[in-house]
Amino acid sequence: MTTTPVSGKQPIIAMRNVSKVYGCGRAAVHALRGINLQIEEGEFVTVMGPSGSGKSTCMNIIGCLDTPTTGSFLFKGLDVGGMSRNQRAMLRRYALGFIFQGFNLLSRTSALENVELPLIYRGTPVHQRRERAMEALRLVGLEDWSHHTPGELSGGQQQRVAIARAIITNPKVLLADEPTGNLDSRRSKEIMELLTSFNRERGITVVMVTHEANMAVYASRRINFLDGLVDTDNSTGGTN
Amino acid sequence: MLWETIFLAMHAIRRNMLRSSLTVLGIVIGVAAVIPLVTMGNGATAQITSEISSLGSNMLFVRPGQGGHNPGGAHAPSPMFKAADADAIRREISGLTAVAPTASTVSQAIYGNENWSTSVIGSTDAYLTVREWKIKSGRQFTPGEERAGKAVCILGATVKKELFGAQDPLGISIRLKKLSCQVIGTLRSKGQSTFGSDQDDFVLVPLRLLQRRLSGNNDVSGIFISARDGVSTKKIKGDIARLMRQRRHIGHGQDDDFRVRDMKEIMGAVTSTTRVLTALLGAVAAVSLLVGGIGIMNIMLVSVTERTREIGIRLAIGALEKEVMLQFLVEAVVLSCFGGLIGIALGLTAAAVGVHFLKMPFIFDLRIVLLAFLFSGGVGVVFGFFPARKAARLNPIEALRHE
Ligand SMILES: Nc1ncnc2c1ncn2[C@@H]1O[C@H](COP(=O)(O)OP(=O)(O)OP(=O)(O)O)[C@@H](O)[C@H]1O
Ligand SMILES: [Mg+2]
Repeated sequence: MTTTPVSGKQPIIAMRNVSKVYGCGRAAVHALRGINLQIEEGEFVTVMGPSGSGKSTCMNIIGCLDTPTTGSFLFKGLDVGGMSRNQRAMLRRYALGFIFQGFNLLSRTSALENVELPLIYRGTPVHQRRERAMEALRLVGLEDWSHHTPGELSGGQQQRVAIARAIITNPKVLLADEPTGNLDSRRSKEIMELLTSFNRERGITVVMVTHEANMAVYASRRINFLDGLVDTDNSTGGTN
Repeated sequence: MLWETIFLAMHAIRRNMLRSSLTVLGIVIGVAAVIPLVTMGNGATAQITSEISSLGSNMLFVRPGQGGHNPGGAHAPSPMFKAADADAIRREISGLTAVAPTASTVSQAIYGNENWSTSVIGSTDAYLTVREWKIKSGRQFTPGEERAGKAVCILGATVKKELFGAQDPLGISIRLKKLSCQVIGTLRSKGQSTFGSDQDDFVLVPLRLLQRRLSGNNDVSGIFISARDGVSTKKIKGDIARLMRQRRHIGHGQDDDFRVRDMKEIMGAVTSTTRVLTALLGAVAAVSLLVGGIGIMNIMLVSVTERTREIGIRLAIGALEKEVMLQFLVEAVVLSCFGGLIGIALGLTAAAVGVHFLKMPFIFDLRIVLLAFLFSGGVGVVFGFFPARKAARLNPIEALRHE
């Protein structure tokens, strides 16, 4: 149902035999055990799977926040594992938007300032920053809450601030780790429609982790994780 | 970019008001405690030094008594000097400007209904020269009065005030014990000495008068001597000792039964004492600096968890390690400077007030101000910056997960 990009083009995300091990020796946790995955530009992918199956770990690697223990992760054909810290930071700054499972907002900082944070590091001038942050807050329905700090916002509102922060930079790839986890179904639907519109209108590639099967209907492709491996991967979209 | 960083830092400071003010407080306490302590230490030193030199830095003082070579040994009291000893010094030792034999006693000074207990010093005009007393009104003794021991006296400022208030005492007679004594002059005030005694509380009479009519003996309890400028007081000291040993028939190998004190020597001793005092105050100040520093350290270390998460967020969003570090460095520097400036202002105020009440000179010591500032600021910067640097080097995910 979504337009897939021209074939033959390089995939924007490519994982080859990626594994991730936390700790070492007998206490080692194999969060990923050899993931092979390709995502093309403009796709809308949902990632599902039981808790602890490695979804967040995989998202972190795609988001250049973490690096694989073995295997390689290519972003637009560039080997992220071989990049310097600063190069990865630049990728995060200019190409990626991340919605964390735990929001990760700056405490005691207003919603507006949280949202404009990525623009500060892009060197956007103040007035432009303010405008765009307000615009992003309006998109998630929080224009009246711009001066409230996370402590004064509900879980769902915080989640929406996190979403606004992720989309404000118009990233190439938007990574969302359970973005609707704390929202009621009406809000969830709004957010999903928002993500879909980003995907359709701006051509942003979206990778979204969710537990709710009915959220997967918005996606063009659905990947199932199980025990650190890709269990099923189908591009049928819609309900199974 | 730098403006942006400062802006970010100011923002972070405002956001974490409690933490920021506690940090600032630590620095303020450190700086504000050190400055008054050290300033007062320096003030005391300067005051004591200037007071001692106001006694006359060319002054020597001879008095009977052991030289202190065999402590613990029981001695018969050393014989007193006589006026002839002073004459001998005047006659036989060169390079002197004045020699003043003195004896003293305590007496009530009575005028009308007023009654004041004071010390009566018997000496000559030379006493005024050696001790650098200035006549305020009237005159000093005439040689005739000195020789004859006439019943005249010169009043110290305190005695004059206590007995006469605003009245002019010249020509009026006061009573000292059973002696009636005419006031011929008053002295200019020198005020309190560092040790708290009132230097103006005495009556000066001719030595002869004191010996005959008040103490009833011919003893001279001390001789004040003033050396001419440029003459070595050390040499004079040696000359006097030799002369006195000869006059007092002290044999070879026997200890002196008198002491010659040189003001320069006393000044040296007192200066080294005040130096110890200053060092002690400095040590107290250092402790308060340290306490302030530990306060800052605590705040900084306690906030590391929160800061680490903040750093994780910034890194995840695309901040570079060096941008994060610069932000935290600027934040720490701004806080430290702010605290330091408040501390300096408070410290100088406290020092000025303390010095005012203790009537000491205010000696501004830039080095101490800088030292206190740099130390506290350094602690703030080190403990604000290094944990932040450690966090900024983490993987963003690790920083975000930090507990
Ligand atoms: N930093 C870490 N240190 C040690 N183990 C970790 C770490 N991060 C994740 N793990 C482990 O890796 C495994 C996968 O974790 P991950 O967070 O990817 O699961 P998930 O699929 O996102 O689960 P959920 O749906 O609950 O969010 C888990 O067993 C987890 O305990
Ligand atoms: Mg997860």
